[in-house]
Amino acid sequence: MIVAERKPIEEILELVGDAKKLLLLGCGECVTVCMAGGEKEVELLARALQLKAKVDSREFNVKTAVPVRQCDPEYLADLDRMAADADVILSMACGVGVQFLAERWADKWVVPALNTKFAGGTPQPGVWEERCGMCGECILHLTGGICPIIRCSKSLLNGPCGGSNEGKCEVEGDVNCAWQMIYDRLSGLGRLEMMMTVMPPKDWSQSRDGGPRRVVREDAQL
Amino acid sequence: MKSGSKLEQLFDQGEFCVTAEIGPPKSASSKGIIRHTGELSPYVDALNVTDNQTAIVRLSSMAGSVHILQAGGEPVMQITCRDRNRIAIQSDVLGAYSLGIRNILCLTGDHQSFGNHPGARNVYDIDSVQLISTLKAMRDDKQFICGEQMKTEPRLYIGAAENPFAEPFEFRVARLAKKVAAGADFIQTQAIFDVPRFQRWMELVVEQGLDKQVNIMAGVIPVKSVRALKYMSTVPGMSIPDELIQRMESADKPEDEGVAICAELIEQVRQIAGVRGVHIMAVYWESIVPTIVQAAGLHPRPAVRG
Repeated sequence: MIVAERKPIEEILELVGDAKKLLLLGCGECVTVCMAGGEKEVELLARALQLKAKVDSREFNVKTAVPVRQCDPEYLADLDRMAADADVILSMACGVGVQFLAERWADKWVVPALNTKFAGGTPQPGVWEERCGMCGECILHLTGGICPIIRCSKSLLNGPCGGSNEGKCEVEGDVNCAWQMIYDRLSGLGRLEMMMTVMPPKDWSQSRDGGPRRVVREDAQL
Repeated sequence: MKSGSKLEQLFDQGEFCVTAEIGPPKSASSKGIIRHTGELSPYVDALNVTDNQTAIVRLSSMAGSVHILQAGGEPVMQITCRDRNRIAIQSDVLGAYSLGIRNILCLTGDHQSFGNHPGARNVYDIDSVQLISTLKAMRDDKQFICGEQMKTEPRLYIGAAENPFAEPFEFRVARLAKKVAAGADFIQTQAIFDVPRFQRWMELVVEQGLDKQVNIMAGVIPVKSVRALKYMSTVPGMSIPDELIQRMESADKPEDEGVAICAELIEQVRQIAGVRGVHIMAVYWESIVPTIVQAAGLHPRPAVRG
């Protein structure tokens, strides 16, 4: 899923500015799971904003809603009336959701309440880690199921580098060396010879480097 | 003869080669490089120029290499994969050869978080193994990565680094084999302080016949103080025997002791089968290289024959 974190409250207050009528929208998918923009978080933020406005003796009204997901216009249609009514729309979805809102209500000021971080999962409760580099050409079958593009700090395909030490990457933050993990995993599977093949340079044009990407399914088009 | 570089010719002659390193300045002046080249050239066979080492912006390794050439030295231009994509790298390789550079050392490059511009975009378009393959294809097949042919190919002597002490330990010989298979002509290792451990690695290397396929140079670093040595023991992949720390600690003149230790290390690694040279990394202490080379009995340097 997409993992995001709420921006610091000071930054959100700045983004909301002098808005008198705010529409605060959460999202029922990824940000609910990573506890950044679900119903609970929406409610907490709405209350905090109301309190601040009260303390500042400022006229302020906030309406909230949590659509199934923001990245699908089908679920935004029901919110058109609320959006028309608002000065500012604050999105607690990932960057994708914010953009779908901004595109739909182009005459409204739409701002993000979250910093979108990465595509990842939950290895243990309360912890989310980046896992997928979204490189467009998955090679997990060549690396024992461990992504070298995003879990290796240098995206090496013929790792490890000389900075691998006691299973950790040279960068700070207690990062596991992806290539140590790949080595261990392939050893355990009896497929270590896969690490002896020289992997050629990657075609990054399949990744973000090639420009904004799109997938079309004609069988699903109207 | 793959490149005709002085370093290659000396290896071919069967000489025990000596190289050292120059770290370019964080400024637009070539004075230091030119001075060091003058001081060191009579004592070494070639001089490495680092490429924004530890991700700190310095005068470029290409420019540094040209300054060395113009000052009468033989450069080994280092290229990392951190800052340049394949377009820039291949372009630089063509440029380097056209300027007279004949040795290139291929490195992954320290992560930018170590340096003074940690917010910079991460490139690492290709890795060091792919870089070696690229140089080999350019030289031997006259081909770019995309497959297109070139008229005049860069005939370069291709170097790579290896760390015998890094992890996973069991994979370090295999990784060397991979670099050799990719096309490395010579190897410079990371600094050695633990000779027995290095010897064990070399035994595995010789067992696989890799020493016959690539010229391995043992890396050494002379230390000025016990503090410097103790700091090294905290660097990932470094293995420092206690005995050396004790020697530096109890030395009356630490700098002299550091030189003596370095010269001894050189003499020891020289005895190990498969070691074809030594690479002296006198970080911020380039001027000590002549002293070390003499103390290790490696001066005068041999000339290229015919």
